[in-house]
Amino acid sequence: MSDPTELTPTALPAGLDGVLIRMALTPAPAAMAAAQMLAAELDRTPPKGTVEIAPGLVSVLVRFDAAVTTRDQLAKAMLRRASVIANDPPGLPDPARRWTIPAAFGGDHGPQLGEVARTVGQSEEAAIDEICSADLRILAIGFAPGQPYVGLLPEAWNLPRMSELNPQVPAGALVSAVRQLVMFTAASTTGWRQIAQTGFRCFDPGRDQPIPLRPGDAIRYTAVSASDMAGLMATTDGLGGARLEVLR
Amino acid sequence: MNALHVLRAEGVLSVQDLGRPGHIAQGLSRGGAMDRLALIEAGALLGLKSVVAGIEMAGTGGLFTVDQPTRIALTGAAMTATLNDAPLQWQACHLIAPGQRLRIGGAQAGAYSYLVPAGGVLTPEWLDSRAAHLNIGIGAILTSGQKLKIGTDRAPETPSLIITVAPRFQGGTIRMMDGPQTSLFSDHVLATFCQTTFARAPRGNRQGVRLDADARFASDHAGSLASDMLLPGDLQMTGDGVPYVLLAECQTMGGYPRIGSVIPADLAQIAQTPPGGQIRFQRITLEQADALFRDEAGQLRDAAARCRYLTRDPAMMADLLSYQLVGGMTRGDELEED
Repeated sequence: MSDPTELTPTALPAGLDGVLIRMALTPAPAAMAAAQMLAAELDRTPPKGTVEIAPGLVSVLVRFDAAVTTRDQLAKAMLRRASVIANDPPGLPDPARRWTIPAAFGGDHGPQLGEVARTVGQSEEAAIDEICSADLRILAIGFAPGQPYVGLLPEAWNLPRMSELNPQVPAGALVSAVRQLVMFTAASTTGWRQIAQTGFRCFDPGRDQPIPLRPGDAIRYTAVSASDMAGLMATTDGLGGARLEVLR
Repeated sequence: MNALHVLRAEGVLSVQDLGRPGHIAQGLSRGGAMDRLALIEAGALLGLKSVVAGIEMAGTGGLFTVDQPTRIALTGAAMTATLNDAPLQWQACHLIAPGQRLRIGGAQAGAYSYLVPAGGVLTPEWLDSRAAHLNIGIGAILTSGQKLKIGTDRAPETPSLIITVAPRFQGGTIRMMDGPQTSLFSDHVLATFCQTTFARAPRGNRQGVRLDADARFASDHAGSLASDMLLPGDLQMTGDGVPYVLLAECQTMGGYPRIGSVIPADLAQIAQTPPGGQIRFQRITLEQADALFRDEAGQLRDAAARCRYLTRDPAMMADLLSYQLVGGMTRGDELEED
């Protein structure tokens, strides 16, 4: 899992004012931990000319001010740090917080659960159990404001994205692909398969905390019935019955 | 207080500025005007030091009035415009007096047009920007009867200007640079991509637009890639190899591979290509792309250099008698400047 030969930090162009450092092409745990560590280190001591740092799953994007630095200078500075981390890849740190989030699986709330469970080689019930007992973390925030990429599920869940897009999944939809879950901020078109529905709103600009989730948070889903979900979706705090524990 | 009254909103109208950069880590894309250059050109026409918020109009415009004398710039895709029934030139700024009715009709070419008051639209800011981000529920489409607070024009008597703009409203050749995933596509697929003529799909929105062609542009890596950050201009292939150009309100992260990225200088041209308009891509080197980088201040200076005084044909001026033709102070040679 932490085989250093997996990690090949590469500096790549990302638009005219961006450099992306990628640790690996696929979401291997060591690559994800290394990317999080690199992002944290860049945050602490940003290279000259940095205007924005955005961590992805296995990569970190840095946008720069072209009046202060160049693409080449920045790429070299970042690659030096990435190589040190890649030579001694860390494990994921223990989570500081844990969310427990109710979800209604299958039926109208998870129209593709059956298809996903078949591909994973399980009954729907076993697939739900596996998700609800998995040790899950928020790997990155992205796509839409506050929207979490959650993982990793066991290897059998390494499902490719669909080649035809799902025309629309609703806000709060729980979808799966490539050993991960995403909980949608807003109704959206997606290539991931919808297996459940939550009442959790990942983003509400009118709320004290518009974006409640943070990268690194632990996530545990609990299965509830469709009728319970109707009530949870109507909660006024927009958290759909989710509970937050502070672990350290 | 000065206000711009939207007596009738006929197209899809929203307040836009240059958006809110710096929040990719929270999942928030920059947003802002679909044709950023058009907002910059409006700033140049109005003699501003920095770009202000205006109204972006898609399809058609509406009917507007103001409370105080205010210059407004009309930029982006040319629409029909009249002030109290007298025709107004597009790519120009004009003085509007209280009570005069500014009517903006359908676009003749292109997709997005801009109405920018000299004092800027002053709707509330969120994260230092007034831009509506429709996809995530920040701001909203403007409706008939809405009254928008605008800043006071400090120099309404400034003579009107017109700006020369490069054609970007009918499609054409778009320059692309390599992105983080270009190497995941074979040389053959890349070559075919640059030899293909695409048609902008009939449907599209502020997040992006699909490009139609018979050919498909798949990567062997599609399907299992780790998601990573996306930026406006990225050319993303869905699983079946159909390209989408990501635009202002694009998602910030995705896993479908991107064959490259439209350079910022040509992004307005993509956004402005009307449905069915034809597009071809030209792949340029990183060095060529970097050499074409201009920051916003630089673009504003470039745009100001393309402005000149607007001369109007008196025969076209239904409102001629409202102009004070002889009372102004003039050196008499301003028209020869620049």
